[in-house]
Amino acid sequence: MLSVKGELKLDSTRNGFGKGLVELGKANKNIVVLSADLTDSVRAHWFKKEFPDRFFSFGVAEQNMISAAAGFALSGKIAYAATFGVFAAGRAWDQVRVSVDYMNLNVKIVGTHAGISVGEDGYTHQALEEITLMRVLPNMTMIVPSDFTEAKRATLKAAEWKGPVYIRLGRNASPILTEESDPFEIGKGILARPGKDITIVACGQMFFEAMKAAEILAQKKIDARVINMHTIKPIDEAILLKAAKETGAFVTAEEHSMRGGLGGAVTEILSQNYPVPVKMVGMAGCGQSGSPQELFKCFNLLAEDVARAAEGALAMKRP
Amino acid sequence: MQRPSIDELNKKAKEIRRTVLKMLTEASSGHTGGSLSVVEIIISLYYCKMRHDPKNPGWQGRDRLVLSKGHACPTLYAVLAECGYFPKTELMTLRKFGTRLQGHPQLGLPGIEASTGSLGQGLSIAIGMALAARLDKKDTRVYCVMGDGELNEGQIWEAAASAAHYKLDNLCGIVDHNKLQIDGPCEEVMDMGPLKDKWASFGWNVLECDGHNIKELMDSLDSAERKKAKPTVILAHTVKGKGVSFVEHKAEWHGIAPKKEELDRALKELE
Repeated sequence: MLSVKGELKLDSTRNGFGKGLVELGKANKNIVVLSADLTDSVRAHWFKKEFPDRFFSFGVAEQNMISAAAGFALSGKIAYAATFGVFAAGRAWDQVRVSVDYMNLNVKIVGTHAGISVGEDGYTHQALEEITLMRVLPNMTMIVPSDFTEAKRATLKAAEWKGPVYIRLGRNASPILTEESDPFEIGKGILARPGKDITIVACGQMFFEAMKAAEILAQKKIDARVINMHTIKPIDEAILLKAAKETGAFVTAEEHSMRGGLGGAVTEILSQNYPVPVKMVGMAGCGQSGSPQELFKCFNLLAEDVARAAEGALAMKRP
Repeated sequence: MQRPSIDELNKKAKEIRRTVLKMLTEASSGHTGGSLSVVEIIISLYYCKMRHDPKNPGWQGRDRLVLSKGHACPTLYAVLAECGYFPKTELMTLRKFGTRLQGHPQLGLPGIEASTGSLGQGLSIAIGMALAARLDKKDTRVYCVMGDGELNEGQIWEAAASAAHYKLDNLCGIVDHNKLQIDGPCEEVMDMGPLKDKWASFGWNVLECDGHNIKELMDSLDSAERKKAKPTVILAHTVKGKGVSFVEHKAEWHGIAPKKEELDRALKELE
């Protein structure tokens, strides 16, 4: 893994998806890609250029696109259906539930422009609920890559993973922290930094903030463990329970609603197996327009906020 | 395939109606009106039109039916069992705990091509199948049976546009046009205007026929197969509750099953 210090290379997770798709298209003739009038935005245009016969445009009609993806999958294809997260998980949720998840089909739903980091478009385009909406579906696998490299690998691995997968991506260029040589398995959290006082579990762009938070805490002699939980479902129970036993307190960090997201997934496991104090960092209300930096600050999603939450969780630790 | 005679098929339709009513009564719940209206449509497909192999349900060369109006599944189940997809004895497990014959179709029962029931999704699924068949250079035909109440769903019209856009002449939609939906007459609940014009304006080849006349249905299905560069929709005019006098034309029979004495009366009418 790369360090959080020094100059970091930036790229977007949606670019990782787009590059991954092209690799996949070359390797597997069964891949088809569906888009709903956002082909460039979701970075499916590279695939479209290389494999025009396996690319299908559906216009501004996400419900039709998701059910059609199911039809492709029922005919033996692996269908990647990509649009903004708000539309994939929200507008077409019943189609995802009935056409895709119920039949446990090989449809890989890719929701880009997730979180407040999409910025200026404002709340209507800031998907803040898809982790909750998607992980509640029984057959769905839910991945939130933390950077470009992970997004590319998630795209490739999803094709081998049987059944429906939702991949949550961002629009903006964000720091690249992982390398191709790092471990990446769907369903396995990554111990990114060892630590014994508290555990920070983060996903997506919040992984970077979590790593920086651990540096802030280190200056205060607090030894924070950081887990990159790129797969929210199935969640890696083993890594969580080990951390609960060894550190005794948690912070969850996500660029997403605090209701039912990563924080919800983690507390479900802890509360039923090894309860320890948990503080959540995430969104409580609606987003608004602004630059990603302004919004991360406004909604308390920066490393300092994660560090503060960690101190709060530590204060709740029982003797 | 040797097509059965019209007389034989009409006899078959009567048998299917009797079976469906028994299934519904045994289940003491389910959708009577729309199951009875769709009988000849399903029969025409499975006995005359579709290439399929009950002994090999996953046969790659088969045509496909997506029953978008999933609540009419008792009729599909009865026809599939009659064809030999699964034992006829299983029909009486409809809607019961542990059954493969779910209240709405579920993938996994031999012969079922898609789980359906949330209205409006079937045509889109059929489009995915039709596009995949074209990509694979297969001559598979895909059929999708919809209800007329179902046409209220916006997704149907998203699908209609995309099927025409892709010139899916291997796709055939059939609307079981019985003019009643749960709340009452379609034109009172939500008037969709002239359906024929609507589909045509979306770029479809539109055919109309008497949905209880097997000859007319077969002619329409044959004509649909000959049409190039356009998807076809058949507006099949039907009667909700067809075949049972006290069920016919009654919206309130949409979602209820006959009681024992009603079943006896119905079976007598269908002798």
